[in-house]
Amino acid sequence: MLNTSYVLNGTSLVIDEAACVGCGDCLDVCPHAVIALDGGKAWVADRGACMECGACARNCPVRAITVKAGVGCAAAIIQGKLRGTAPSCDCDSGSGDCC
Amino acid sequence: MASRFTPLAGSSRTGTAGLSPSVLPRATPDPDLPGFASLGNRAGPWVSGYLASGTRSVALVSTRLTLRDRFGNLGVRLGVRRNRHRVTAGLYAVGAPNPASPVLVTSNYKLTFDSLRKELAGIDAWILVLDTRGVNVWCAAGKGTFGTSELVAKVSGTRLGEVVEHRELILPKLGAPGVAAREVRLRTGFRVLWGPVLAADIRAYLSAGKRKTAGMSVVRFGLRDRLTLAPIELVHSWPVALAALALGLLLAAPWGAGWMDQALAATVLLEGALLLATLGFPALLFVLPFRAFAPKGAVLGAVWGCIASLALGLPWGLGTGLTLVSTAGTAWIGLNFTGSTTYTSPTGALLEVERSLWPCIATLALGLGISVLSRIIGF
Ligand code: SF4
Ligand code: SF4
Repeated sequence: MLNTSYVLNGTSLVIDEAACVGCGDCLDVCPHAVIALDGGKAWVADRGACMECGACARNCPVRAITVKAGVGCAAAIIQGKLRGTAPSCDCDSGSGDCC
Repeated sequence: MASRFTPLAGSSRTGTAGLSPSVLPRATPDPDLPGFASLGNRAGPWVSGYLASGTRSVALVSTRLTLRDRFGNLGVRLGVRRNRHRVTAGLYAVGAPNPASPVLVTSNYKLTFDSLRKELAGIDAWILVLDTRGVNVWCAAGKGTFGTSELVAKVSGTRLGEVVEHRELILPKLGAPGVAAREVRLRTGFRVLWGPVLAADIRAYLSAGKRKTAGMSVVRFGLRDRLTLAPIELVHSWPVALAALALGLLLAAPWGAGWMDQALAATVLLEGALLLATLGFPALLFVLPFRAFAPKGAVLGAVWGCIASLALGLPWGLGTGLTLVSTAGTAWIGLNFTGSTTYTSPTGALLEVERSLWPCIATLALGLGISVLSRIIGF
């Protein structure tokens, strides 16, 4: 397995164990196997692998997960800073090809 | 081509309510259906015909990439005509699907669409293409264009419920940041199944009864994945390459005896750093020390600068200066590689930008200063 952990990965990921109903949907959508389920409760098993994509939070039926989702792309962040807007990779303007 | 789009009286419409598809190579798309009416003369060469399904006609997609597809895709990789590389959104068919066949959802970025359809030889399926404005699934999901509302709109707009009798949609797993599966089910009755990360695994996924193996579920970021974007990066870095060339020539001033050798040495070092940053950095990503990308790049640039200076026999002052330039440059290009990965978090990338912007600029300025000074004073 490649070491795909990155600085500050998963910092903003919080799972509210009390709210979790153990449906397992968050495990199914996470592309980095960050979350594990034990005794009917989801928990963060591999925080360093979390790229804060927000898939788990969007698909949790009881909103037990919060994560500050966004694009982990330096070019987008710089562009956002220059324009004073939120980071956005300007893919649909036709000029950029960040992804 | 024209005949494909002239209405064929009745042929695709006389079909009774029964959903028994038959291929009508020259049938016309149903003009009443959103997503099909607009296909018209914009149907690409990948549409090999139309399939009648009940009272409907659905564009049939070829699973073979033609030379034209491949050239077009290469062009996109190199950044030419990227904007026009889209597929009309809507419902497509592949093979000879029936109402029980699976529905695969994808984005309308031509490269994504192609990488899916070329995996589908011999498979009968429906492909639902969402309008992501020509952006791949992962980026579009992040922006929300590959999202719940677009999916709901396409499911109802194409009246998918009349084409298939089951109520399942297979989505690429990397689309999950944009799609709330439960909401889709509430609004359309269709259940979202999260398919494999890669289109290449779709065949295995389908034949395993729509079950993912562990390997299909996680993002791998192997050598090939890391290098696919390298050609684009290289082509797009031409202004930097030009600047490096100009700098190399300038540093040979006052162009006395042997200036060519001087210029050549400096240029080789600088262009080499650029090449290394665009090709070597992705290749060595997991070998380089540090977890942050800018320091990884800096290490690469510094090591290269030292080796090249010694090998090319540069005066120590110039060598030091150019090594600093190379360090700053590769750090910066490395930092920008965060946009090409699927594992860097926004919090981390933000931190990196904030921490490395000024050091990069300062190192670059210092390097340029020392280089120029070494040429003037001669050390
Ligand atoms: S934010 Fe993305 S990577 Fe992190 S745990 Fe959730 S789904 Fe996994
Ligand atoms: S999706 Fe939400 S409720 Fe379901 S297991 Fe994950 S955290 Fe718990």
